[in-house]
Amino acid sequence: MAERMALTGNDSVAYALKQINPDVVAAYPITPQTEMMHKFAAYVADGEVVTEFVPVESEHSAMSAVVGASLAGARACTATSSQGLALMWEILYITASYRCPVVMPVVNRALSGPINIHCDHSDTMGARDAGWIHLYSENCQEAYDNTIQAVRIAEHPDVRLPVMVCLDGFILSHTLEALETNDDEAVRNFIGEYEVADSLLNVEQARTFGAFSLQNYYFEFKKQQADAMERAPVVVEQIGREYGELSGRHYGLLDAYRCEDAELVLVGLGSTMGTVKQAADDLREAEGIKCGVLKVRCFRPLPGEQIRQAVKGAAIVGVMDRAVSFGLGGPLFHEVRSACYGETVGMLNFIYGLGGRDLSLTDAKDTFRALLQAADSGEPEPTVRYIGLRE
Amino acid sequence: MSEGLLQIRWHGRGGQGAKTAASMVAEVAVEAGKYAQAAPEYGAEREGAPIKAYTRIAGDMIRVHDAIYYPDIVVVLDDTLVESQRVDSGLSEDGILLVNTRQTPAEVRKGLGLEGRRIYTIDATSIALKEIGRPIPNTVMIGALGAVTGVVDADHIKKSIEKKLGGKLSEGMLKGNFRAVERAFEEVKGENG
Repeated sequence: MAERMALTGNDSVAYALKQINPDVVAAYPITPQTEMMHKFAAYVADGEVVTEFVPVESEHSAMSAVVGASLAGARACTATSSQGLALMWEILYITASYRCPVVMPVVNRALSGPINIHCDHSDTMGARDAGWIHLYSENCQEAYDNTIQAVRIAEHPDVRLPVMVCLDGFILSHTLEALETNDDEAVRNFIGEYEVADSLLNVEQARTFGAFSLQNYYFEFKKQQADAMERAPVVVEQIGREYGELSGRHYGLLDAYRCEDAELVLVGLGSTMGTVKQAADDLREAEGIKCGVLKVRCFRPLPGEQIRQAVKGAAIVGVMDRAVSFGLGGPLFHEVRSACYGETVGMLNFIYGLGGRDLSLTDAKDTFRALLQAADSGEPEPTVRYIGLRE
Repeated sequence: MSEGLLQIRWHGRGGQGAKTAASMVAEVAVEAGKYAQAAPEYGAEREGAPIKAYTRIAGDMIRVHDAIYYPDIVVVLDDTLVESQRVDSGLSEDGILLVNTRQTPAEVRKGLGLEGRRIYTIDATSIALKEIGRPIPNTVMIGALGAVTGVVDADHIKKSIEKKLGGKLSEGMLKGNFRAVERAFEEVKGENG
């Protein structure tokens, strides 16, 4: 039976991992991910999972151990944040290019410096070209649900790519929320047994992994990765539907909220989108402003065509970025604007919440109002704006 | 907003259990079939530093993930914060201010120069010292919150204490916490006595 629980984001993901019962988890603690792996290590110690837990000496080692385990045919996971993800960098690319279906929750935290432990998306945005699938979570329920779905997406024979499940540091990881969990058997049946395509340990069909590849074949490997990413959206949607049948909670690539008749649409990722949805409701009710919200759940692969369809009827679109690509602007903004190439819709970029700066409901409403003003004046300049900055 | 949304802001100092209190109230609400959210505001954590924590309770899904700027209820675990932190900031006109202090509600009102709102006080630290043997006022303040607002009742609070702290506390400390909660229900003072 499904059970209602009160869990933090970290505990909800740890609970999902317990139900997934991976063969191998290798991890190194880092704020704000630490409690997730504490909790999971307790499940291991209490015998609630059969997982081989490898407490390694760094995140570089964590990711390396997970790649080795995955190539040996294990269902393998790790979890990290911020500097930990940065230290995994070279192995992130290797995980994806070796087609290891690893699942990794990433508790989003700002990259140093100055050193900061709070939420922004600079860590995962930096890894956007590493070849991983990126799912972002709005609340603790979604963090739990995404972790379970990630296993199926990663291991799908059409995909076979690693998946990172992003959840906002502290705002979700340390916030207790009511959520509904599936029962253990339902999760077990949903994810099924891991069917290993090729394994290092299969001596009957010996394979080489990590071979040297130069001008002769490297390019073809990369094309295969690109093709796998192209096949992923259909799989993400299919598994989102199947998960909906299991849990009653349906998932797609995007979550379009009141966009059908919206004149103003804010696009973004993660926990902030809940606050922005509330702002949209409040402004529709109190001021008759037609606001809509487009939450990008699946950031890699980017569902560009679906984004274009969702926002093309709006007068103006604001894209909210919790990261900066220095010298460019917000990364999500540039991708959304590219996806909408050829449409006449106006576009603004709002950078917010770096290093955990709070985005209040009032800020969210003011952002819609700034969009309205830009649409009315017909002069949407400057294109890149900052919310809640001390000036 | 979420149906019947109630927003509680907790002010305390590191070590007084504001974070635990915020979570316990949310857990009790979830067990009662409601939706709830509890979050501490993490700064540079250290014992004695002023901290805030937040609890939201509602009849349906809570979507917002921001700090609480306009609380319905403010609970203060340390009276040295009352004026220095302007704990009444954003408190709604008919909101409730509940303070752990030896002062009367009228004295707190005078100190803040506050009009409107309902003020309640309780000497939670003395109760905690007597019953639990440690100056940690959080469970007493949860009891006082229950007494003043009805958001949580004594039985649920005790169950939650047992669940959350049962593994950490001795049998004697656990019983002490239960007595402290009961005393909170009896001893919290409003402005009309």
